[in-house]
Amino acid sequence: MASPDMTTDTDVLRTVDGTPLKTALAIASRRARIRAFMLVLPLLIFILLTFAVPIGQMLSRSFTDDKFSSNMVELGKWFDDNANAAPDEAAYTALAADLVTASNERTAGSVGTRINYELPGTRSLFTSAARKADKLEAPFKEAIIALDKDWARADLWAAMRSASAAATTNFYQAALDRQIGADGNFEAAPENTQIYVKLFVRTFVISIVITLLCLMLGFPIAHLLAVLPMRYASLLMILVLLPFWTSLLVRTTSWMVILQSQGVINDVLVALRIVGEDGRLAMMYNQTGTIIAMTHILLPFMILPLYSVMKTIPPSYARAARSLGATSWTTFRRIYLPQTVSGIGAGGILCFILAVGYYITPALVGGADGTLISNQIAFHMQKSLNWSLAAALAAMLLAAVLILYWAYDRIIGIDNMKLG
Amino acid sequence: MVTQPQNDGFVVFDHVQKSYDGETLVVKDLNLSIGKGEFLTMLGPSGSGKTTCLMMLAGFETATSGDIRLDGRPINSVPPHKRGIGMVFQNYALFPHMTVGENLAFPLEVRGMGKDEREAKVKRALDMVQMYDFINRRPAQLSGGQQQRIALARALVFDPSLVLMDEPLGALDKQLREHMQFEIKHLHESLGITVVYVTHDQSEALTMSDRVAVFNDGKIQQLAPPDELYERPDNAFVAQFIGENNKLEGVIETISGDEAEVRLATGELISATPVNVTKKGEKVLVSIRPERVEFKSEMMPKGAHMIDAEVLEFIYMGDLFRTRLRVAGHDDFVIKSRNTQGQTMLRPGEKIKIGWSPADARALQP
Repeated sequence: MASPDMTTDTDVLRTVDGTPLKTALAIASRRARIRAFMLVLPLLIFILLTFAVPIGQMLSRSFTDDKFSSNMVELGKWFDDNANAAPDEAAYTALAADLVTASNERTAGSVGTRINYELPGTRSLFTSAARKADKLEAPFKEAIIALDKDWARADLWAAMRSASAAATTNFYQAALDRQIGADGNFEAAPENTQIYVKLFVRTFVISIVITLLCLMLGFPIAHLLAVLPMRYASLLMILVLLPFWTSLLVRTTSWMVILQSQGVINDVLVALRIVGEDGRLAMMYNQTGTIIAMTHILLPFMILPLYSVMKTIPPSYARAARSLGATSWTTFRRIYLPQTVSGIGAGGILCFILAVGYYITPALVGGADGTLISNQIAFHMQKSLNWSLAAALAAMLLAAVLILYWAYDRIIGIDNMKLG
Repeated sequence: MVTQPQNDGFVVFDHVQKSYDGETLVVKDLNLSIGKGEFLTMLGPSGSGKTTCLMMLAGFETATSGDIRLDGRPINSVPPHKRGIGMVFQNYALFPHMTVGENLAFPLEVRGMGKDEREAKVKRALDMVQMYDFINRRPAQLSGGQQQRIALARALVFDPSLVLMDEPLGALDKQLREHMQFEIKHLHESLGITVVYVTHDQSEALTMSDRVAVFNDGKIQQLAPPDELYERPDNAFVAQFIGENNKLEGVIETISGDEAEVRLATGELISATPVNVTKKGEKVLVSIRPERVEFKSEMMPKGAHMIDAEVLEFIYMGDLFRTRLRVAGHDDFVIKSRNTQGQTMLRPGEKIKIGWSPADARALQP
């Protein structure tokens, strides 16, 4: 008879009935795993459809725009065949053919729009040329230039060449305040049209200021929440959470009521004769307004993570430090503060990321110099309809936030972050 | 109350009262004088005011009225960090973001001590608790007993003359607790420091202390060395709180000096030592330790009254036998006998006679 001994004939551990232990374990836990997976499946699908797919689309849109390349087929062929060549008669012939097609299919507008992204003011060139395309006769070069001498511009041809491929990094160049020069290479845009880099810098500076303000205002409140007796703490907690119960718009408009030059604060200051009637402070439609309103709105996002960390710090640490001879300041600096770092990190990252992408409040109270990059993104989405540029700006914002997140992980460690 | 000859009033509570809400007193008129080098334990159930007293001494609570003096100096208005008192907390309170070495160096650093001196002191303190090898660990990497030693070393590293301990062994298991009790005791003896120790564990208090202050209801019920506390409790609370105790209610029949006879409700007459009762006819509670009760006639002390008892339960506890009896209508009368060679094992249902030396039965006000 075969030996029933399980260990001598093979190294694999087996159950009593002979199946390998690992297989048996997998079978035993499979049901539980499938059930757990089924529970998260709806959320997984939801996230995939509403988050992953749109972000992927946005990223791909930031690299592609086929409004020119799909409509100007002939010209595209010529660009492919004649790399780095100056436009000759053949090029203008192709252009004339494409303009006829564009005129027939009523796509001249969108073709012009695409070139207009690179060279502002060129859209009408395409629409008016397309209207007259039927009457064009050879030689096409003279005929087209006769319509408008701008058709001979080297930078226009460079823009058309770069737009003749659907995939492009032009939008990222534009997002970095660069434009196509006459030689077809990118160069810095004129001083007066450089807005995005400045706007990115402003967005980050304002976000940092708001985050620091939130930290300075939120830290004492979070501490108070953590040490107060339960009944006072829950009352205070309600006050902290109260803003969440009112609409964002209501909160922002009430800040407008308070901050405007005929508003509550200015009226009080004037009544107290601290400022004169003509010296009313401008606290709105500028950066001050954006900072004040957004600090208020983002404060709970700082307080809650801080509170959840502080709640876990027993008061005996502070007592121990005091009994060991530390002054109250040393106790705070050396003992209490280091233990709240994970909360500060979580609250800081949360506030900063929310602030960087904030839209409504700066749009309402920001005015000219208080708007942020998100307002430009919205502008390109809704007004100029340059979605690719909007996508490129958004992607850069996303990249910046991810870099920040990575840096935080390197310096402090993401597992050191407590959100609640 | 017994005054200790060596008591020089190193720590003095002088008519100290404490109230948190202005309506009730948590500590009622506390007077306590602790000698230099003494190991004094504050023992009591939770809410008895013992921890409040410790916190007032450490400076985390202020006395509502009265004076606390340390080495002759009133310290009511001295902030905790200037008192120079070492303290060991219930959950150790080792700073989690610092290593063991940094934890110990902290009190020296805030005193502005130089690096070399600091390192020497930290090493000495860690050697004292045999933990020098762990100097670079974090508190979270240590076991409860190891953390306890580090907390002890940290409280001692800056050479305080007074060390407070707030239930420092409460979180340890029984064996480790007993081991640490002896270790703390030995440190106290070798360093000559004054220790005020708070606990609710009466065996811990008896093991370690020079004197024990039993707290209840915001008052010291008795302040005495362990043996006196155990054998000669002043009142019914102390008798019940310290060790196991049998209680028999009765009325004083005769009383003369340090001997009295008490008539139990069921009619039996027993002899006892009057403690805080004086008059004939007064109601008393007679308290007798389980191990002082005899049931073998040849061992019975001379002149002892004997009463009937019925064995209800016999429990084998290893080193002891614990027998529950019905005595004078009470079902919870317990006697303990040592598990010696040839010791009698009583059987449930057995009828026996029990007795005790009158000195071991204390007649107290109920």
